[in-house]
Amino acid sequence: MLMLTCPYCGIDADETELTPGGQAHLTRETVGSDDDTFESYLFMRENPKGVHFERWRHSYGCGKWFHAARCTVTLEVFGTYSAQTTEPPKEICDKISGKRPGWSWGSFS
Amino acid sequence: MSDTFAMIEQVGPRGMMTLRGDLSSTKLKNAATGVAGVDFPGISECNCVDERGIAWMSPDEVLVITPYDEIAKDLKRMQKILSGTHHLLANVSDARSVFMISGAKSREIIAKLSPVDLHPDSLIPGQFRRTRLAQVPAAFWMRDKNTFELICFRSVADYVSTLLHNAASAGSEVGYFQ
Repeated sequence: MLMLTCPYCGIDADETELTPGGQAHLTRETVGSDDDTFESYLFMRENPKGVHFERWRHSYGCGKWFHAARCTVTLEVFGTYSAQTTEPPKEICDKISGKRPGWSWGSFS
Repeated sequence: MSDTFAMIEQVGPRGMMTLRGDLSSTKLKNAATGVAGVDFPGISECNCVDERGIAWMSPDEVLVITPYDEIAKDLKRMQKILSGTHHLLANVSDARSVFMISGAKSREIIAKLSPVDLHPDSLIPGQFRRTRLAQVPAAFWMRDKNTFELICFRSVADYVSTLLHNAASAGSEVGYFQ
């Protein structure tokens, strides 16, 4: 069972109380983007075996979107953090580095 | 309904107002506490005395609870205090149903139906928990160590009532928290 701590209400929410929102930290390409970057924004997603960053919504609780860093192999959760950011906070990255040295994900490592 | 090992009753109707805005604003806090007559709740908390109270719903929303027949008056009072402040205030009384679950084993009923940690050390009176009850959204808090107050949408009140009675049917006690 996957349990994530909602960073807004501090509740340990069960997976069934949450709605998955797919990959985190996408840059939304829009008017003015060239076709290649727009295509990759629309269709290309990370599909890692290991460290992954995702968006989740605490839909049966406070209703807020947040980010989660977790491992897709062991389901270990490294941490959750606010949605008001475009990159994972340093303490989350440091925690992952401690447990999965040499990790990388998209442009983060 | 068949025998139950805890008392389940649908109470109310209860007056409820959804108040959204900046929860750190003094004006907003004053409006809520002025009408409800209780302290402003912290994160995931509920302060409730008799039929009045305030429940923390999300980082920008609280639920103000009042007696049903005083809702019009209370709504006007809050609108007056909040005028000029960016906010949303809506009377949601008729969209909600309230249940009281009381008895020494009342924890078990909720524990059977929601994914919440209901251990007596984890869930204590004063906490407010929004969650799901089987397949529908619901929220509950504890009046005292043996009494739960639960709110859900009125459109699913029949479903919730059946769920609660079924989970409480006599002889189906698990005894995990004893």
